Amino acid sequence: MKVLVTVKRVVDYAVKVRVKPDGSGVDLSNVKMSMNPFCEIAVEEAVRLKESKVASEVIVASVGPSQSSEQIRTALAMGADRGIHVEVEQELPPSVVSRALKFIVLKEKPSLVILGKQAIDDDCNQTGQMLAQILDWPQGTFVSKVKVEGEKVQVTREVDRGLETLELRLPAIITCDLRLNEPRYATLPNIMKAKKKPVEKLGLKDLNCDPLHGIQTLSVFEPHKRQGGNKVESVAELIDKLRNEAKVI
Amino acid sequence: MEKLFTNVFFTTSLHLSRTLRNRASTFKDSLRNVSCFDFRWKSFTTCVESSNNSWQPGPCLSFSEDERLLKDSVRKIAQSCIAPKVRKMDEGGDMDAELFKELFGNGWMGLEVPIEYDGSGLSFTQACIVIEEIAQVDPSTAAAVDVQNTLVNNTLLKWASLKQKEKYLPLLCKDTVGSFCLSEASSGSDAFALKCRAIEKEDHFLLEGSKLWITNSMEAGLFVVFANCAPEKGYKGITAFIVHRDSPGLDIAKKEDKLGIRASSTCELQFQGVKVPKEDVLGPIGSGYKIAIESLNEGRIGIAAQMTGLAQGAMNIIFPYLHERKQFGKRIGDFQGLQFQYAEAFVELEAARTLLYNAARMKDAGFSIKKEAAMAKYFSAQVAERIASKSIDWAGGMGFVKEFGLEKYYRDSKIGHIYEGTDNMQLQTIAKEMQREYGFQVQ
Repeated sequence: MKVLVTVKRVVDYAVKVRVKPDGSGVDLSNVKMSMNPFCEIAVEEAVRLKESKVASEVIVASVGPSQSSEQIRTALAMGADRGIHVEVEQELPPSVVSRALKFIVLKEKPSLVILGKQAIDDDCNQTGQMLAQILDWPQGTFVSKVKVEGEKVQVTREVDRGLETLELRLPAIITCDLRLNEPRYATLPNIMKAKKKPVEKLGLKDLNCDPLHGIQTLSVFEPHKRQGGNKVESVAELIDKLRNEAKVI
Repeated sequence: MEKLFTNVFFTTSLHLSRTLRNRASTFKDSLRNVSCFDFRWKSFTTCVESSNNSWQPGPCLSFSEDERLLKDSVRKIAQSCIAPKVRKMDEGGDMDAELFKELFGNGWMGLEVPIEYDGSGLSFTQACIVIEEIAQVDPSTAAAVDVQNTLVNNTLLKWASLKQKEKYLPLLCKDTVGSFCLSEASSGSDAFALKCRAIEKEDHFLLEGSKLWITNSMEAGLFVVFANCAPEKGYKGITAFIVHRDSPGLDIAKKEDKLGIRASSTCELQFQGVKVPKEDVLGPIGSGYKIAIESLNEGRIGIAAQMTGLAQGAMNIIFPYLHERKQFGKRIGDFQGLQFQYAEAFVELEAARTLLYNAARMKDAGFSIKKEAAMAKYFSAQVAERIASKSIDWAGGMGFVKEFGLEKYYRDSKIGHIYEGTDNMQLQTIAKEMQREYGFQVQ
């Protein structure tokens, strides 16, 4: 069974980002970039499926700038077999990314596509769901447990109500949540071996994918600084503050 | 190539002119030193020739994508696996047993060993990158990794027979720590006045004597021991031997309680009739001097990596602190006085790193690096101590307490002046190399 796993190059989780003075976006110059933490979990799960002989091949794909090859290499060092790099210079929303991934899925024909639940830079939480929709495949999102049994996969989802277990018919889409697994570190011998693994480079044109999308970022600004609380003397004062300052009633 | 030379010489001459203030008290004076060197240019360019003509020049501090990935992955692992154990290891003076397993598991104990022997197949520069990253978190662990790779493994790679390589290299990559045993109680800098004897028998040698200041010895399974099998020939009788820990007659004696790099074990070894079969002689008999000198020349660059990492590690702790701590309504990192001080520290750190990677790359390219290695080691040890010391000053009270983690770098930096060739030995090497390069007779 082939498994396709996706990775995204994002700002490292430990970086304290700043908004650009013109409000057009976040200042990414000289900022440390790494693999999206949820994508690391996805790659780990895919590699574990290969190690337990459920998966025969793990293909890692990324839609991103040329430097995303570093993230693909890291995934190869963790245990993926080969990579597909769709090089795009501009930031693309999940609607376009899922369309690009659809063409890869139709080409590679995996039985399972594993994605991280969301990217920590845009927090969209849409790519997996959109991909499932356009492929018309079943989806299990926010999974904390995956068990493949023949032509079906059983997933446990972490939802607000608690844990929900679903059985999906393969082929299916899975998006990973935090508690699914603890991603491994790439050991040195594996990093060196990863150099020899093939990475296919594609452009959006090769996938017949139209980068047109209807979203335009108008402005980016920092959230308002947290203000200290106040102690009130009477109920009347409380209602006054709630009405006039906090504007919630 | 000339440009590289100017940089190296200029840095050294600037540093020298700062310390010898009466000789060159103005910037003009130090410039004068450089300009009368100019017309000697010709004698310089012929001296350094690469045996590898396909080498292309590039900036010393630029890293390939592979190298950046390597740096990142070592940093991540060091932060999460080594950092939490550092304080405990330092206080107890012991390496964590689990930690060695991690080091082996990550492939860090066989960095340059080819993949066919179960090693990681890296270049020397890449090994230095790994050592520098580890040293940023813990110079003691970096020392253990450095000795294993640059002294033990590399000596075997260069001098071992095919049989010895097949037997020992996989062990050293998998789970066996190695130790390099040269120094003795009465022979440190004067290393080849060593007294350890190897008495030749029919099919084996018997080792008699003792060694002192041996790094990794508490945990080591294999020892590369230098002993003299023909004292009447002087240093020409010194031979290298591979000794197993469980050899009868080998005693790991007193473990030193040290000022710095406390987690790295430093013990005395006693050899009393230790039998070493002839197939465990490393390299030709009587070539121990050559083996040791060449290994140490390269090992020096590894120490430069450790010291540079130490200095960087100290800056990694202090620099964010300078921007958190406020006094007189301002971040202390914004006071001009402090800015001037830490800017100077960063310049020195950059210079040390440039010397380090320049020497490492030159070695990988096949150049002879005697002078460059000595300069890199000497300078980085100086810089490490200065930066570690200053960063405690800047941190104030916090710098003085163990909890903050900064004082450990100060204590650890002292060893840089001492092991693998003291400061004075490095300076002497540099002086003699310069005499040689200028064509003067070396006494």
